[in-house]
Amino acid sequence: MRNVWTICRKELNSYFASPIAYLMMAMFAIIFGFFFWNIVGYFVAASLQAQMMGQPMPMDVNEMIIRPMLMNFSVVGLFLIPMITMRLFAEEKRQGTIELLLTSPVRDWDVILGKWLAALMLYAITLAICGLNFLFLFVHGNPDWKPLLVGLLGLLLQAGALLAVGTFISTLTKNQIIAGGVTFAVCLLLWIFEWVGGYETAAWARVMAYLSVVAHFEPFSKGVIDSKDAIYFVSLTYFGLFLAARSLETLRWRA
Amino acid sequence: MIKVEGLTKRYDRFEAVRGIDFEVEKGQIVGFLGPNGAGKTTTMRILTCFMPPTEGKASVAGFDVMAQSMEVKKRIGYLPETPPLYPEMEVEEYLAFVGRLKGLPAAEIPKRVKQVSERCAIADVSNKLISKLSKGYRQRVGLAQALLHNPEVLVLDEPTAGLDPKQIHETRELIRSLAGQHTIILSTHILPEVEQTCDHVVIISKGKLVAKDSVQNLTSRLRGQETVSVEIGGNVGVDAAQQTLEKVPGAAKVAVREERDGRVVVEVDSKAGHSTRAAIARAVVNAGWDLHELKPASVSLEEIFLELTAQDGAPEAAPKK
Repeated sequence: MRNVWTICRKELNSYFASPIAYLMMAMFAIIFGFFFWNIVGYFVAASLQAQMMGQPMPMDVNEMIIRPMLMNFSVVGLFLIPMITMRLFAEEKRQGTIELLLTSPVRDWDVILGKWLAALMLYAITLAICGLNFLFLFVHGNPDWKPLLVGLLGLLLQAGALLAVGTFISTLTKNQIIAGGVTFAVCLLLWIFEWVGGYETAAWARVMAYLSVVAHFEPFSKGVIDSKDAIYFVSLTYFGLFLAARSLETLRWRA
Repeated sequence: MIKVEGLTKRYDRFEAVRGIDFEVEKGQIVGFLGPNGAGKTTTMRILTCFMPPTEGKASVAGFDVMAQSMEVKKRIGYLPETPPLYPEMEVEEYLAFVGRLKGLPAAEIPKRVKQVSERCAIADVSNKLISKLSKGYRQRVGLAQALLHNPEVLVLDEPTAGLDPKQIHETRELIRSLAGQHTIILSTHILPEVEQTCDHVVIISKGKLVAKDSVQNLTSRLRGQETVSVEIGGNVGVDAAQQTLEKVPGAAKVAVREERDGRVVVEVDSKAGHSTRAAIARAVVNAGWDLHELKPASVSLEEIFLELTAQDGAPEAAPKK
């Protein structure tokens, strides 16, 4: 456990030693500020309209602002994943520091878990900064905080799974650009797999749709924790990290 | 301390190391010598548990590199060919990280970092970013990293590569000063380095072991026959000099190397087991010439090396595709 923390700390330090982390957080803060501004603007316009029409239409802040914001983060976060994971192992391999890690008395799993944890923390920090927008809702309104928490938990679970896949992909190459590109492609595919379910009901289509990340995140955005979704994310996380461990092992054989 | 038996490493279609055996005793400094691409780095990577061997066994301090790699890793300090440094870290921060990675108790780390920094003469850059350091400092930070947890065995892959002559000298001194407390294997393709720093030498070429011995034995083994260089002055004719020296008892071959301003430089090879120096001096003086210089033409490791590596067949020397 101490080893995991050692690696994790070093990884977080190097994120924040370079402009990468700050740049990412700034970009996402701007993008989500814009999303929030737009969604709130739409909400205000819609509620004014409802008032003018004299309709007693219930305006739900959770349903109309928080949920679309969470869904947006789930999708736009797909860009964040490769930016965070691409350097994890690719850079160690290019710099030769992988030799230090693999010849130190730490297990491969310690290294992988430490790096993955650091990636998840960076994602969580970015999410927290973007989540600051929600504070306005609590200051000026009275949204329900429980679905929001569930949504945030869902985002972290989803990120954990995709970051694990990204960590694995980063072990495969020395080239950060390749690692980032492939990770992005995989994340995007895992997202759009759901479309198949729209027109095809055969077994393979159901499997593909089941693999889709969105399908499993959506209930979280509504404030629903379904164990099957949680299990999906946790097992995808484990699978990604497991592949990363196998990949490090073959790296030793091939290196 | 280190035991290697029948070590073989096969990559896809290329055998980097082919059945190497050697042993290193506690406290020895062993030079691991070979041309580039001979399999030095591969062997070192196997010893440090970076990669497993395809065949054969290797153990460090009695622990097998495959089955007990954790124990081996705790006892080895490794400086790879390119020092494994994180450019975005400061030197002190980096060493502290390595200390934690090597499992040093947290309370001991600052003390060890300080000791090692002084030993490797990097204390003056401890708050500098590694990316800003010169090649020489980087190499020394790499060495400090290997020494940090006071390992029993040090594996240094070309520790002086890319340094300037003064730094090379300092690094060799440092390595020498570590002998005794640590068992050291260092690889190099620079021969004088082995002569100056190491007690023992293991020579490999194209993945095969060609010689292992103490540096002294190896040099004297090939010195069974002695070559003496003689400089004679006082209007000597080349032919006269050659004829006179050929008559010296024990001389096998006489070759004129240089002739200028009435001086002649001649090299005399002795027959095996004969020493010709005294007889040559007498012969020159008796002939009425001046003896300007008489010295053994030294056999350097360079020659030994060329001789040994040339033995395993000329056809193989051609670059393989």
